Amino acid sequence: AAVAKPAASPYSTDAAPNALKDITSYNNYYEFGFGKEDPAQNAGRLVTDPWTVEIAGLVDRPGNWGLDDVLRSAPAEERIYRFRCVEAWSMVIPWTGFPLSALLNRAGVQPSAKYVAFQTLYRPSQMPMQTPGSGIEWPYVEGLRLDEAMHPLTILASGLYDAPLPNQSGAPLRLVVPWKYGFKSIKAVVKITLTDRQPPTTWNRMQPNEYGFYANVNPAVDHPRWSQATERRIGGGLFSSRRVPTLPFNGYGEEVASLYSGMDLRANY
Amino acid sequence: MALNRGFAKVPVWAVYLAGLLPLAVLVWQMVLGDPGADPVKTVEHRLGKVALWFLLGGLAITPLRRFAGINLLRFRRAVGLIAAGYVTLHVVVWFSLDMGFLWDQALSDLWRRRYLLLGVGAVVALIPLVATSNDRAIRRLGANWRRLHRLVYVAASLGVVHYLWQMKVISQEGWLWLGVLMLLLAVRIRPGFGGFPGARGGVRKTSRPEAQ
Repeated sequence: AAVAKPAASPYSTDAAPNALKDITSYNNYYEFGFGKEDPAQNAGRLVTDPWTVEIAGLVDRPGNWGLDDVLRSAPAEERIYRFRCVEAWSMVIPWTGFPLSALLNRAGVQPSAKYVAFQTLYRPSQMPMQTPGSGIEWPYVEGLRLDEAMHPLTILASGLYDAPLPNQSGAPLRLVVPWKYGFKSIKAVVKITLTDRQPPTTWNRMQPNEYGFYANVNPAVDHPRWSQATERRIGGGLFSSRRVPTLPFNGYGEEVASLYSGMDLRANY
Repeated sequence: MALNRGFAKVPVWAVYLAGLLPLAVLVWQMVLGDPGADPVKTVEHRLGKVALWFLLGGLAITPLRRFAGINLLRFRRAVGLIAAGYVTLHVVVWFSLDMGFLWDQALSDLWRRRYLLLGVGAVVALIPLVATSNDRAIRRLGANWRRLHRLVYVAASLGVVHYLWQMKVISQEGWLWLGVLMLLLAVRIRPGFGGFPGARGGVRKTSRPEAQ
C-alpha cells in the first residue's frame, strides 16, 4: 500500500531525524535474528501483502480487518519521535502513522475493556528465528493499558520517511509508543485484543525482573544489568556518537506523566 | 610430522603480525568501509570477540599437541600477549567511546552490570600473566610460573561468561563459545592426578602413537 504524503504533527520533535540507513540497518527484531544487522538482511523474504489485522475481545465490531481498511481510520500524519531502546541507545525517527485510538474507536471499545493486547505475525517459514530452540516463546506479544493505548501519542505506523515501512522496521503495521522502551512498540501486528486483564508481554514473561509491563523510559530506574541514566544517540560515526542524559518518559512527561499519577514507578517498571 | 616442521620455520614475529590483522580489518571497516549505524558497539564488541579468539586459541595449543600432535608451543606467548592487547583495547574503547569518560557512570555501571565485573576480573587475572611473560620471569619463577599461568583458565572463563551475560537472550553463537571453553577445560582434567596439570599440559611419559 502506498503511503500518502503525511501531514505534520504538533507532537513531532524538532530534533533532526536519524538517517534512513541507520534506522533500517540497526534493528532489534528477534524473529529475524539476534544481531542488529540480521533484520535488514533476513526480513526481505517476509510477505506483507495481503495483510489482515484481527480485532478481538471486548469490542463491538470484532473481525478481520484488511490493512487498507485499518489505515482508513484516520489521515496519515508524520510523527517525528524520539525512540529509546531499553539497551540504552536512541534514535530520532520520522514515522508515518495515525493514532491507535482512531482504530479502537471504530472497533467500538466496550466499557469493560481495560487493556489492549497486541500480537506479531507468527510465520516460521518467513521468520527464521521462530523456532522452539530460539529461547523465546513465539509469537511476540505486547500490551498497553487502555488509557495508554488511547493516548494521542500512541500511533500505529505504516511508514518511515514518507515511504512504506521497510520489513525490518515492522512492516506493514507496527505500534509506536514513544515514552516507553522500544520493545513495547510491537512490529508486524496481526492481532489486537481488548481485554479486562493485563495481558502477558514477551520480555516480561522471559525476564520479569528486567522487563516490566509498563517499561516507561525512566532514568531513575536502572535495568538490573545496566544504568538507564544516559543513552547513546545512534548515528554520526565512531567519535561523535554522544552519550546524553535520558529524560523521564523519554521527554514526553508533559503529555503522559499524568497517566501514572499515584503509581510507584519503581515497582511498576 | 611435516606440519610441525612447517610450523618450526614460521618466525614468532609473523604470529604477532597476524595478530594485528583483525585490528587492521576493523580500522579498514571504520575508515574506508561501512562503519554501520553504531560503530562504537561494533568496535567495542569486535575487540572483545577477537580477545576471546586468542584467549581460547591459546588454550587450544596444549590439547592440539596432546591429541593431534600439532606443536604450536612456540607461539603460545605471542597468542597470549595478542589476547591481552585486544582486551586492553576493548577496555579503552568501552571507557572512552562508549562511556564517554563518564567516571561516575562507568564506576556505578561496574557495580550494577555484574558482567562488567567479570570482565574486570578477567583483566586482573591477565595482568600478572603479561607481567611474567618475559624469559627472565619464566626462569626466576620456575615451577611457580606454570602454576601462576593457570590463571589463564580463570581469565578465559570469566571472559566467556562476561560475553554471554551481556546478551539479552543467549544466542547459539554464545552457547557455542561456552561449549568450546568447557571442552578446552575438560580435556585438561586428568583423572587420578588431582585436577589440572600445569600450563604446559603436563609432561606425559607415554606419547600417544598417533601423535608421532
